[in-house]
Amino acid sequence: MADDPKTNEHANPDEPKRWLDDKRNVNKIVYGLYALSALLLVIDPFIHKHGPFEIEHWWGFYGIYGFVGCVFLVLAAKELRKLVMRSEDYYDR
Amino acid sequence: MIAEILGDVSPGLILILGALAVPFLPGKLRTAWMLALPVLAFIQVLGLDHGLHGALSVFDLELTTLRVDRLSLIFGYIFLIATFLGVLYGIHVGGWMEHTAGLIYAGSALGAVFAGDLMTLFLFWEGTAIASVFLIWASRTERALAAGTRYLVVQVGSGVLLLAGTIIHYGQTGSIAFDSLELESTAGLLIFIAFGIKCAFPFLHNWLQDAYPEATVTGTVMLSAFTTKLAVYSLARGFAGTEILVPIGAAMTAFPIFYAVIENDLRRVLAYSLNNQLGFMVVGIGIGTDLAVSGAAAHAFCHILYKALLFMSMGAVLFRTGTVKGSELGGLYKTMPWTTGFCIVGAASISAFPLFSGFVSKSLILSAALKGEYYWTWLVLLFASAGVFHHSGIKIPFFAFFAHDSGRRPREAPLNMLLAMGIAAALCIGIGVFPGPLYAILPYDVTYHAYTLEHVVTQLQLLVLSALAFTVLMRTGIYPPELRSTNLDSDWLWRGLGRILAAHFDDRTTQAWARVAARYWHALERFIATLYRHHGPEGILARNWPTGSMAIWTTILLAAYMILAYV
Repeated sequence: MADDPKTNEHANPDEPKRWLDDKRNVNKIVYGLYALSALLLVIDPFIHKHGPFEIEHWWGFYGIYGFVGCVFLVLAAKELRKLVMRSEDYYDR
Repeated sequence: MIAEILGDVSPGLILILGALAVPFLPGKLRTAWMLALPVLAFIQVLGLDHGLHGALSVFDLELTTLRVDRLSLIFGYIFLIATFLGVLYGIHVGGWMEHTAGLIYAGSALGAVFAGDLMTLFLFWEGTAIASVFLIWASRTERALAAGTRYLVVQVGSGVLLLAGTIIHYGQTGSIAFDSLELESTAGLLIFIAFGIKCAFPFLHNWLQDAYPEATVTGTVMLSAFTTKLAVYSLARGFAGTEILVPIGAAMTAFPIFYAVIENDLRRVLAYSLNNQLGFMVVGIGIGTDLAVSGAAAHAFCHILYKALLFMSMGAVLFRTGTVKGSELGGLYKTMPWTTGFCIVGAASISAFPLFSGFVSKSLILSAALKGEYYWTWLVLLFASAGVFHHSGIKIPFFAFFAHDSGRRPREAPLNMLLAMGIAAALCIGIGVFPGPLYAILPYDVTYHAYTLEHVVTQLQLLVLSALAFTVLMRTGIYPPELRSTNLDSDWLWRGLGRILAAHFDDRTTQAWARVAARYWHALERFIATLYRHHGPEGILARNWPTGSMAIWTTILLAAYMILAYV
């Protein structure tokens, strides 16, 4: 199914460095993300919410829920791995 | 003019009959023909008048082969757009088998959404099952052959249930019209389960994650568009407002994302997230208000585009590198920048970022849940929204194109693939920025403003802080690495447990199987005899019986044959 292997070339040691290859630039993106997260939480009290549920009106509910939800998702999935993970050829043996 | 010539022919038949000519056409002519078919069918659909057309009498059954209303039209439009994109994406594939199967599959799905009665629905329903399995088998690997056979057994099984439900429904009501159905009747329940299998309800879902990632590069793109969305359409038509769909859909949004986080095969990750997205639609149908059902239809429309786009980008990676395992990829953005860009558009759309298509459609369902005060459902949907961003929005592009550099430097995808991805990406952004035209073709009139400050900011809070969670977990090393593995799911019941039992009993199994088979054949014969008493030549519905008898026997024999072949 794969393409002609000749086209599947490998990294050339002389190839030019990309912007993302520099760790400092990656850090810039990460700091940008921190700043954006903080900004979105700071402006939260100024956003009028119309929903019927009390919890929606708590400060930063959506952001905190998203963060906690994702941490829970990943930690739970790691536990799930202990239960369901088998070798790649499990069904072929 | 085209509409006048074609008249009341189901647009699905244009694709199916057109597909039959594909093997006989040479090179460029074949390409032009295949691209023209969905365009031709689209023009015909645009010219259709609302109402029931294409009446056909078959042995006293009044079939309505063409029902045109807003619900069937929105699915008709998107199925044809998906067909065009799927054909364009796969145009480089040699031979005719995949092309013909793909077009017959798309045509069957299209015919099914325009079906006005359950018998026509059943015929096209089985058409999608039988044609689509060739897209899996076309991979020509042992895994694909086995996965395809399992897929076919499940899909044909769904059809058998639909047929059984239809026959009982006809017996009770004397009608085969496909309208709102009751879950409380046996017929309704059988049809509901038939739809549920195709819609990948929890515990009935695993055929999807099993089979789709084994299909060919181009086949998976086609598969992702039709089968499950046909089921969504059918549920919206038959079971809108059925309360049990709300918890079923909520479960569908939540549980697959745990698997998606740990799955290594990126096309399988997408299959799990497909399951999660279906959950949103099912919740919308279960809530059943005009806003909710319209939201389900809108989400199906957008979903087909961005999911096809994501499968196309992963297909391009598979095509160029020979693998889509997260553990073996990374750094591909350096030589596949266009594919990377298109993948990110698909990822932003499925994550429902403002200005992308998922945002304008998922908001409808979430708003409907808020309005109906479905508190727990709403919380689960929000969790699933954060989760889908986590595994589809970030994980897919990150591990394929960025992450650690795998050292692979594949060429950019071929031009036809880039074109198909480009059109899909443009539509994702176009719908996200200008949702008006999509809202105008929804099944019901809804006035909805997706772009309020409240919607945009709360959605950004949810997504940006989910991204923050991913970053923190990644940087602290808590995030689980991509590992080569098989993760057990409900298919273990028949693929694992079944085999263990077989190993324990060995040759005794054969005898036991023979006894069981004999018993069930006996029961089946009794069942048929009972049916025969009620519906046979002496029965009231005598004139209808022979067709029904033949259909049920053929289907049961086919299903039994396949189960035996598989075992």
